[in-house]
Amino acid sequence: MTRTMARTMARTWTLGTRGLLGVVLLVIVLVPVLFTAFFTSQVGLTSLWLGIAAVSLTFLSGQGGMVSLAQTARFGVAGLIAAKLSVEAGWNPWAAALVGILAATAVGLLFGAVASGSQGIYFLIITLAFAQVTYFYFAAVPTFGAHEGINGVRPPELLGDPVQEPARMYYFLLLVSIAVFLALRWVTRTAFGLALQGVRDDPVRMAALGYNVRLHRTLGFALAAPVAGIAGVLSAWSNTRMSAGSISLAVAILLLTAAVIGGLDRLEGAWVGAFLYTLCDTYLRGWTDRFTTWLGVVFLVIVLVSPGGVVGVLSTAGAWVRRHLAGDRPEPQTEAGAGAVATDRPVPVPASPRGSM
Amino acid sequence: MASQTAAVRRSAPRPRLPVAAAVAVVLTALALLGVLWQAFEAGLGSDGNVPTFILITLNGLTLAGLYFISASGLTLIFGLLRVTNLAHGALFLLGGYVALTLVKDAGLSWWVAALLAMVASGLVGLVMHQLFLRWNQGQDLRQALITIAVSLILADQMLAYFGATPTAILPPEFLAQPLPLGLYDLAYHTFRIAMLVAAVLVGLLFWLVYKRTRVGMVVRAGVDDTQMTSALGVNVQLVFAGAFFVGSALAGLGGVFAGTALSLAPGQDQAFLVSALVVVIVGGMGSLGGAALGALLLGLVDQYSSAYLPAAYSNLSALLTFVLLAVILAVRPTGLFGKVR
Repeated sequence: MTRTMARTMARTWTLGTRGLLGVVLLVIVLVPVLFTAFFTSQVGLTSLWLGIAAVSLTFLSGQGGMVSLAQTARFGVAGLIAAKLSVEAGWNPWAAALVGILAATAVGLLFGAVASGSQGIYFLIITLAFAQVTYFYFAAVPTFGAHEGINGVRPPELLGDPVQEPARMYYFLLLVSIAVFLALRWVTRTAFGLALQGVRDDPVRMAALGYNVRLHRTLGFALAAPVAGIAGVLSAWSNTRMSAGSISLAVAILLLTAAVIGGLDRLEGAWVGAFLYTLCDTYLRGWTDRFTTWLGVVFLVIVLVSPGGVVGVLSTAGAWVRRHLAGDRPEPQTEAGAGAVATDRPVPVPASPRGSM
Repeated sequence: MASQTAAVRRSAPRPRLPVAAAVAVVLTALALLGVLWQAFEAGLGSDGNVPTFILITLNGLTLAGLYFISASGLTLIFGLLRVTNLAHGALFLLGGYVALTLVKDAGLSWWVAALLAMVASGLVGLVMHQLFLRWNQGQDLRQALITIAVSLILADQMLAYFGATPTAILPPEFLAQPLPLGLYDLAYHTFRIAMLVAAVLVGLLFWLVYKRTRVGMVVRAGVDDTQMTSALGVNVQLVFAGAFFVGSALAGLGGVFAGTALSLAPGQDQAFLVSALVVVIVGGMGSLGGAALGALLLGLVDQYSSAYLPAAYSNLSALLTFVLLAVILAVRPTGLFGKVR
């Protein structure tokens, strides 16, 4: 293979993948036009708000090394308060949403201040405790409808009916998703975001350099709260209801599943995972009774084979093809054993927190 | 010069007042006083609250025994392998269902069924460890995620085979009769007392093996430094496999007890996983004594709070155990007896 040929093929490959990505984005934008209202509402809206909830977890675990099961708690605080204020107190939905998100942020700050002292598995468990506290609180207190929840939540007039006419709601959720994605990506590139990555990789060294490790972890944790809160409000609007059941432990684990399937290393993985989960949830359930088993199997395979999730698999595959097209190295250097997939990651993401968590 | 003194001042260890710990102790004491006042306020007569108090305390203690049995397996696995086995709840439920099937359908005696259920849970745990966890040693989060996936699959398969109706295992005959306590004409479930005795036995056995045998010595060495133990010629992988088998079998035993004293239903796996985690975390992961203390705390807090909280707040009792956990972790991030690593 001559060098010019290799270069032409590499360029074709680049154009091809870019083109494919463009087509995918175009389809995402045109979902309400191309698909039925059922698909837009059931799959489109759900994947978008689930994706926003999942990205708050992806951000925390990828940037801060904090795998949190308390995302559903913040999600629930915002959603239930917003639903309560707009349905029973007759508030304007926007104002109710704002108050709900602020409340979720306050709760997130409090949880973060308590949990930031713990690390690794202890952090996972303490956030599990927060999730359970919030769940039992909302399930027990009649003000928030206990197990019944709050029904008949109306999204703002501007966004239309989420079930009959989901197009406007869909575009709104898409815009919010893009805004959240860009904002989080911006944060990871600020000095704060870099310090947070430093705290994730080596807390002792960061402390020696004069950084306040606990403060960074607390703020990082709090920063993910409004994102989870936004997802909670959007979920209440999309489903027109919210209850304690929406934030149970099963949902917390589901959120983790979606985030892991998409890939914890990249922010966009959250939406990919949420979309795949929602798609299976909507169509596979009618096809098999043992949906959870299959979900578990997929989850297991992803965790075992590719810690980078679906997005990780795609970028590994892309890099592999590119390397072969370039013709420089015929064989990618792999280590023996299955750990090779994990170590041979071409994505320029800093070392993943997986080892030390 | 001024900046140097500032730096020196900053780096000097500040005297720390244990404010949070003191507040926690005071609150616990107040809560305990509240419970005791309610119990003994109406005097010691048989028309007072004392008989109820005794029953509630026994409920708490026997529940603590159940928690300890399943949590001891979890803490063994964590202490030795550093694996947070989030499939522990599923193995717990599996043990219960296996025993149920053996007693109900195969007509085996309770004791044989319990033994076989332990072996079944232990084997499933062992297979999971050998197939999925062994080559991921040291990757905490990945292992936790793997066990979550396994627990999803196991729980769903159990729902498919055993259905969603809550069912209980019949206790062995001589434990089925109520046991007279000799106080206030009270009688209590003999089986639940037996559960408490079993928990104490499990604890004693663990302690003896741990402190007095060669196996225990190897396990303790493995907990402290796995690589060094391996370098000294111990087959660490064999010890790990054994620990995983025993830990999972204890989960199964817990499931058999829970299925006999309470009942078995889908969702119990998560409920008991969460309580076992709370017990282990409160005590400090890897510490057996911590697990015993954690189990006692959880069992008693659970029962006292649902009985003695003012009526308006009694539906918040489920919340209290998690508040307890959060408070303890906030004060001591590695639990009461946990070691910092």
